[in-house]
Amino acid sequence: MTQLLRDGISTRQAYGQELLALPATFEKLLVLDGDISRSMQTVEFGKEYPDRHLNLGIAEQNLMGVAAGLALGGYLPIVSSYAVFLSMRALEQVRTSICYPKLNVKIVASHGGLTPGNDGPTHQGIEDMGLMRGIPNMTVIMPADGYSLQDLLRQACTIDGPVYIRLTRDAVPYIYESTDSCQIGKANTLVDGNDVTLIAIGDMVQWAIRASEQLAAEGIQARVIDMHTLKPLDQQAVISAASETGAIVTVEDHSIFNGLGSAVAEVLVENYLVPMKRIGLRDTFAESGPYEMLLEKYGMSTQNIYQAAKEVIALKS
Amino acid sequence: MKEITGLVKGLEDQAKLVRKEIIRMIAAAQSGHPGGSLSATDLLTALYFHEMKLDPKNPDWEDRDRFILSKGHCCPVVYACLALRGYYPVDTLLTLRAFESTLQGHPDMRKTVGLDATTGSLGQGLSLGVGLALAAKLAKKDYFSYVLMGDGEQNEGQIWEAACTAVKYQLGNLVGIVDQNGLQNDGPTDTIMPMESLAYRWRSFGWQVIEIDGHNMTEILHALSLAKCNTDKPSMLVCNTIKGKGVSYMENVVEWHSGAISDAQMEQAFADIERGV
Ligand SMILES: Cc1ncc(C[n+]2csc(CCOP(=O)(O)OP(=O)(O)O)c2C)c(N)n1
Ligand SMILES: [Mg+2]
Repeated sequence: MTQLLRDGISTRQAYGQELLALPATFEKLLVLDGDISRSMQTVEFGKEYPDRHLNLGIAEQNLMGVAAGLALGGYLPIVSSYAVFLSMRALEQVRTSICYPKLNVKIVASHGGLTPGNDGPTHQGIEDMGLMRGIPNMTVIMPADGYSLQDLLRQACTIDGPVYIRLTRDAVPYIYESTDSCQIGKANTLVDGNDVTLIAIGDMVQWAIRASEQLAAEGIQARVIDMHTLKPLDQQAVISAASETGAIVTVEDHSIFNGLGSAVAEVLVENYLVPMKRIGLRDTFAESGPYEMLLEKYGMSTQNIYQAAKEVIALKS
Repeated sequence: MKEITGLVKGLEDQAKLVRKEIIRMIAAAQSGHPGGSLSATDLLTALYFHEMKLDPKNPDWEDRDRFILSKGHCCPVVYACLALRGYYPVDTLLTLRAFESTLQGHPDMRKTVGLDATTGSLGQGLSLGVGLALAAKLAKKDYFSYVLMGDGEQNEGQIWEAACTAVKYQLGNLVGIVDQNGLQNDGPTDTIMPMESLAYRWRSFGWQVIEIDGHNMTEILHALSLAKCNTDKPSMLVCNTIKGKGVSYMENVVEWHSGAISDAQMEQAFADIERGV
């Protein structure tokens, strides 16, 4: 087992824990739930701060609108539910009621990508990052582990405007040693290398690291970047990766459309063209099943990342 | 009278078989939603084993009655009914939620034979029912469309948009059913988002409302036939039920909304169901 990866917790669990500490710093903070607070791990917060916790039932459009109203009234609402419901059921409320007037609402969405495994496609948020990225004024984040969740959530609360943070249902390994490792908008290089760059986000960072180890065993030095902030994207990190390593693979637990792969491709096309491949769901819904088996079936496993890296290296001129 | 008694007894026995399959499959999957599946079991048994016009050998039969599980998380009860009705082998139930199974974590009409809609995001099913009922009218067909919803699910605004549409088009061929078990995911419905009284609300929206005990088979059968008599109004059956009905340790326990069932719990559940808790 790699030194970088240590047994961890789900980022939604880390969210539930970190929330407890936030009111001390952010006195206007409120948490809004949509009848899945048990799953979102906000129950403890509700017990500790009953006056700051509002459960508005199963009505996500209203939930988002009420959050906007609370922000208009000077509060700092954090809306928490699942990615599919927040990013799609309530998408236009996010766009017009929150992002257009640039209101101070944080949206925390669990069950990102295939991590909800056996719940099936209705609960697997595979388009959310792309949808959120497309809205002006929105910041879009997916932490790779519990520590980076703590950093990024806190920083999100200091931004005066909307932020979307995506979480995992299932446990992800710890990648960072501690907090104070991540800064919104600034990519982190986790593994150095100059032969190829693996740019990953969220739960896929662990698999990118594993792929880099497999490549290292063959003498290929892959750079691994944790691109926890999808928007604003750290363009400089992408351009440097392109110029210094000459080949790029993006790795995301999301559709290959509109997410990390698209964002990186946009930067490359406008700035520095190098061979590139995208790992992600290739224009398909997935299905029920264990997370890792799904990654394998849908071409998103460590092996697939490794393979893609070899392919882009072969394309270097 | 004797005939009715026999029918009721037969359906009650059938419901026990359905309940056992629900427990068995959720135990096999080690995840799923037993509480709301068990509260809806008597209602669905009445529909699938008596009321609905169906042909398991011809699942796509154009004139069949349609059923939409708007509260898609309770698919175990529908999967069990379909299997026991002969749409697919009962053994298939043990693959619930498993890799490459035809039985997805939430209903997928393209994967499971006998399902009339894909659901799992709450609040969407009644609109589908309105569309189907409208289609039946336009095509001059006489099938009925049934939509089962949760009481927590009633929070969703889309349901009330559908409610208005059904009245506008006088959809007497649409029957809604609310499984009023008093609990949603996070707790009692009256603390999470009070909606009392649902019967009053539906009536005020212009629906024919029939309030019944959702575990009393005689009442269920009467209500289902009554619903079909009103030809120019959609009907809503507001059914008082118990979440987890039939399994002693699950009844009215919010934590059994979803969860894994151990072997010992499964045995106890079978005994409870057999005994008739
Ligand atoms: C749009 C949407 N929001 C949230 C959920 C998550 N969720 C699944 S079940 C459930 C509670 C449902 O309660 P109720 O409708 O009363 O169902 P029942 O008690 O019959 O299980 C919630 C919030 C969902 N599936 N869809
Ligand atoms: Mg309920």
